[in-house]
Amino acid sequence: MNLLIKGGRVIDPSQGIDEVLDILVENGAIKELGKGLAAPAGAGVVDAAGLIVTPGLIDMHVHLRDPGLEYKEDIVTGTRAAAAGGFTSVACMPNTKPVNDNKAVTSYIVAKAKAEGLVNVFPVGSITQGSKGDALAEMGDLKEAGCVAVSDDGRPVTSSELMRRALEYAKGMGIMVISHAEDLSLVGEGVMNEGFVSTELGLKGIPWAAEDAATARDVYLAEFTNSPLHIAHVSTMGSLRIIRNAKARGVKVTCETAPHYFSLTDDAVRGYNTNAKMNPPLRTADDLAAVKEALKDGTIDAIATDHAPHHLDEKDVEFNVALNGIIGLETSLPLSLKLVEEGVLTLPALVEKMACNPAAILGIDRGTLRQGAVADITVIDPAAVWTVEAGALASKSKNSPFLGWEMKGAAAYTIVGGTVVHSRG
Amino acid sequence: MGFKHKDIIGLQDLTREEIQLLLDTADNMKEINSRDIKKVPTLRGKTVVNVFYEASTRTRTSFEIAAKRLSADTINISASTSSVTKGETLSDTARNILAMKPDIIVMRHAASGAHHYLAQRVSCSVINAGDGAHEHPSQGLLDMLTMRQKFGTIEGLTVAIVGDITHSRVARSDIFGLTKMGAHVRLAGPPTMMPPGIERLGNVTVCRDMREAIEGVDVVMMLRIQLERQGKTLLPTLREYARYYGLNPQNLKLAKPGAMVMHPGPINRGVELSSYVADSDQSAILTQVENGVAVRMAMLYHVSGGELATE
Ligand SMILES: [Zn+2]
Ligand SMILES: [Zn+2]
Repeated sequence: MNLLIKGGRVIDPSQGIDEVLDILVENGAIKELGKGLAAPAGAGVVDAAGLIVTPGLIDMHVHLRDPGLEYKEDIVTGTRAAAAGGFTSVACMPNTKPVNDNKAVTSYIVAKAKAEGLVNVFPVGSITQGSKGDALAEMGDLKEAGCVAVSDDGRPVTSSELMRRALEYAKGMGIMVISHAEDLSLVGEGVMNEGFVSTELGLKGIPWAAEDAATARDVYLAEFTNSPLHIAHVSTMGSLRIIRNAKARGVKVTCETAPHYFSLTDDAVRGYNTNAKMNPPLRTADDLAAVKEALKDGTIDAIATDHAPHHLDEKDVEFNVALNGIIGLETSLPLSLKLVEEGVLTLPALVEKMACNPAAILGIDRGTLRQGAVADITVIDPAAVWTVEAGALASKSKNSPFLGWEMKGAAAYTIVGGTVVHSRG
Repeated sequence: MGFKHKDIIGLQDLTREEIQLLLDTADNMKEINSRDIKKVPTLRGKTVVNVFYEASTRTRTSFEIAAKRLSADTINISASTSSVTKGETLSDTARNILAMKPDIIVMRHAASGAHHYLAQRVSCSVINAGDGAHEHPSQGLLDMLTMRQKFGTIEGLTVAIVGDITHSRVARSDIFGLTKMGAHVRLAGPPTMMPPGIERLGNVTVCRDMREAIEGVDVVMMLRIQLERQGKTLLPTLREYARYYGLNPQNLKLAKPGAMVMHPGPINRGVELSSYVADSDQSAILTQVENGVAVRMAMLYHVSGGELATE
């Protein structure tokens, strides 16, 4: 089916475009960008007047929980949530049951996503077998089966030697290593950021040094092996300083942060709110300011959600035993648009961090509206005002600290391969 | 004024006036405890359930005596915290307890915030008998009552708290309560046991060492060291701890003459306190225990509405 997207403000940093244009989509690909394009017979028309049209947004860090933990989320509900949030592609982490450390699991994800998913799913395989940190996973096989990166996300590779070898080996296979940077011995039994709030609440703290020390190690290993490295969910001032310095001396390091790290501080834990429990933990106002600064100066390449669905029973418990993580796919866009309102990012810079850069980091042919490219397109209504309500979320889980928040901005249309998979009613 | 809270989770949540009221009531309760027949009908027909996820004979017994002296029916449940991780959640436990139709639940739990969680889910009153490293309000109140009996007022006192501040719910309740009542608190302990930002909890000074902390103070509060909780990284040996952070007759001389020595118990003799100090005239440890019953009677009385006394 063909589609004409008429009169939207098209922002495509991959071509340096920011102007009101029409986009013609034919057979799932971008056919033409221009003014006053006519709709071919039988083509659908999307009126994008007053809306923003961008390359389809990409969330390079989500947990779809499929296979094995479908009671939290599955590929169908997870991709539905992605579509509702304006994402045309997601990269899903391997901490499923079983762990995505082999071709069979990767193939299952790819096949199910193709058959039933609403958006593109790019699997991330594990760095080590079973993500146990003992032996390298078969990265060549994983890549061949469709993995776009490897990560033991959820846990760090504790052995420095193994991390070194992972970086070297992955480079040979041409696959990106994503580091979950955390020094577990410093984390200990910590359940939130170590600071004034943890002192007041009497909860065991996780020092920022647990993230910084691990980030530093991995950055130095990337430098030593001359291998590309991506650091997931950066949350501290110190980690950002390390990454900024590394980039300045030419280390091939990229990183992402998540909307909660520029929207919330550890104050959100007060009242023992388990929907504010995540890993890395919510930090202080200084860290939040540092995250914004790093978004602005380009130290942070991408915004990813670390969408981590958990069942209510796993959150409706004492803070100590609650599982880490929050959902994020449906709140990421408005929280990120706030950065534009606050003057932290321009709209094109935001699109880079939510579409172009994730595609480039993962090496996938997305993130552009160039002629001939796959027609993955997000049409954003920047003025839409809505309230986050558990019942209205497409995700199977509702563990969001933003429930009840008023949001501004939403995906008006999410278009995958030329097909509208979500439109705002 | 009346007491408006359904629950007592922590002294942080109470106003100065509410703390005053609890202490005044506790003073009145002390009179009951000195009678021949130590029982009043105040809570007759009420059910108090003591749920202790952590063993504590001392606090549990004190709450039980307090409830019985007010004529409440009491039930003791000891649950092991490990059953929580094995599947029985606190909310399941809460439902089971609620089936007993209690008026007041007194709970001790290893998780900070467990009472906050419970109180939001039950309609009866919840009294915190200690939650993790968060608060231990009955201990804080009995400490204040003990000080008030000796000094007449808490306003203007300087109190040193020495030991493992990070893991101490007693320290937090003392800090919240004492500073609200106008005392100044000085803290000392190994830096491995001093949590960040603690001085922001009230009128609190963190001291470099113990000698600086106790110099010229009215009260020295020594905290219990729980070696099993400290693991091996927070301090090298008890011997060294006793040497640098223990109270003995020599360093006690730095405090005001006749300064009061307190300890939430049970004491590790020769570690936090030398036996000489623990058993001296300056020690208020047994008075603390005695005051514990009166304070807990006051807490039970006020959360249950405090109106049944006319019966
Ligand atoms: Zn992670
Ligand atoms: Zn993750």
